[in-house]
Amino acid sequence: MKGYLLIDFGSTYTKLTAVDIENEEIIAAAKDITTVDSDIMIGFNKAYDKINSILKEKKIEIEYIKKLACSSAAGGLKMVAIGLVPELTAEAAKRAALGAGARVIKVYSFQLSKKEVEEIKDSNLDIILLAGGTDGGNKECIIHNAKMLTEAGVNLPIVVAGNKSAADQVEDILKDGNIYYRVCDNVMPKLNHLNVEPAREIIRDIFMKKIVQAKGMNTAEKYINGILMPTPAAVLTAGRVLSEGSEDSEGISDLMIIDIGGATTDVHSLADGEPTKPGVTLRGLEEPYAKRTVEGDLGMRYSSMSLLEACGKKKIKKYLYYKELDIEKECKRRRQDIRMVPENQEETDFDEAMAKAATEVSMERHVGVIENTYTPMGVVFSQTGKDLTKIKYLIGTGGVLVHSDNPKEILKAGLFSMEEPNYLKPEKPKLLLDKYYILSAMGLLAEEDKNLAIRLMKKYLVEI
Amino acid sequence: MKTIILGVIGSDCHAVGNKILNHVFTKEGFNVINIGVLSPQEDFISAAIETNADAILVSSLYGHGEIDCRGLREKCDESGLKGILLYVGGNLVVGKQNWEETKGKFIKMGFDRVYPPGSDPMTAVADLRKDLNIV
Repeated sequence: MKGYLLIDFGSTYTKLTAVDIENEEIIAAAKDITTVDSDIMIGFNKAYDKINSILKEKKIEIEYIKKLACSSAAGGLKMVAIGLVPELTAEAAKRAALGAGARVIKVYSFQLSKKEVEEIKDSNLDIILLAGGTDGGNKECIIHNAKMLTEAGVNLPIVVAGNKSAADQVEDILKDGNIYYRVCDNVMPKLNHLNVEPAREIIRDIFMKKIVQAKGMNTAEKYINGILMPTPAAVLTAGRVLSEGSEDSEGISDLMIIDIGGATTDVHSLADGEPTKPGVTLRGLEEPYAKRTVEGDLGMRYSSMSLLEACGKKKIKKYLYYKELDIEKECKRRRQDIRMVPENQEETDFDEAMAKAATEVSMERHVGVIENTYTPMGVVFSQTGKDLTKIKYLIGTGGVLVHSDNPKEILKAGLFSMEEPNYLKPEKPKLLLDKYYILSAMGLLAEEDKNLAIRLMKKYLVEI
Repeated sequence: MKTIILGVIGSDCHAVGNKILNHVFTKEGFNVINIGVLSPQEDFISAAIETNADAILVSSLYGHGEIDCRGLREKCDESGLKGILLYVGGNLVVGKQNWEETKGKFIKMGFDRVYPPGSDPMTAVADLRKDLNIV
């Protein structure tokens, strides 16, 4: 029979999923440690052998018509975003990079200083996104910044997505400096209007053509048909097709995805986020329909100490059943042993309390906020960010959720609460669990066969 | 084409006048960046920086204009918008106060033009053309 092999070279595990096209089933899945430091194919082959033995047991022979991969190995895709005003083009550039699945190390605004350029040079990056000025607006800043980067000899691919009226000059500067660059449409062509898709596409293209090679993952490309995108971009793609649907398969409309990992917690929302209540004024920069935020300080292992710092003991304790546990000690333990797997009830309880705190805080940071202003005409409401109170589905993924006996309670920590009614979190969404760890694989599959990806997600994402 | 920033400052949500001004200035050939109602000073400045604007036009209709507009010129200077044209108009103060006195207050604050309630938008259009040397 014919099938797809979908591969996720994760930061810790290489995960393989085999899909049977005819019966529309996931027939095998396996994982092994990612081996990017030596040869990425070692870990892949180990997982591949596991898949083969499962298939042998089931007496299935499969012919893969495509082997597709995404990757967050070797640190993922690391970027910096550069813009003019922090709340405007710098923020727009950051959102574009996040949507492309990048880890945004830092955001720079206004004219770069020598010190900042040195910092960029030393920060072990993959791509720089250079924005600044609306179309026809400020030119000086982006031109200055292009000069600074060139003069300092920053030898990294640069995506130029700023004021179109300055694009030619910026291009000349980068060309003279022998820098690999690509020019695309402005991330903020008009004030407060966001246009992130062109930059996202270019970033993905550079990732595929250059970054994969630079990270020594091109050995994999002989055996598979390509590492198409960073893993977070694959998850966002999966969410997008599931939400929007395709010509033949209906989407499930507005949804959110929360992915709690060892180092970060990612939140994705697929919704326009317009105000749901009458008389609310929308303020600030427009929000992308497909929005991703990454909380680098909220993670179960690598970022457990920063999670403690961000959430505070009180919040973790609120969710603990075994209240007498030493919170600081437990977090430290997890930071030191990032492969730790909970083995008893207390350890599981602590992991789940951490996950609940991470869910609560990461959702708070993702959703929009409503504020009331007292005016001579009475109270008026203004909304910044997305109103996600009415979304229909919240999907959970990531180790702690998938392996939990009670994933529902973890997801519930992210819902709307009357204690903090100004955060526009989902009120009554249906809760789904990515029990078989298929979201990133489905994002890859959607590149080839949207309908199949949608139907598989509807089948394998289980309501809890 | 000259770019202007238009908005209603402070906790003021009078949207109708703002829409009318947007319409008039656009029709008269200006590139209008309308930041709308409930706009803090910082939003006017950020918008002007990013769009390289030539003038900032502030409306205030609820009587608190004097408090809301204080320090705007200084903030513009600080943000690299030295010398940008600043206009203000509307019901700038509460009650029936002497107009010349009110105007003086705003001129002293650094505004280039100040308009009383009921001004014809075309007056501001003509002034803007003059100040920006548009023939």
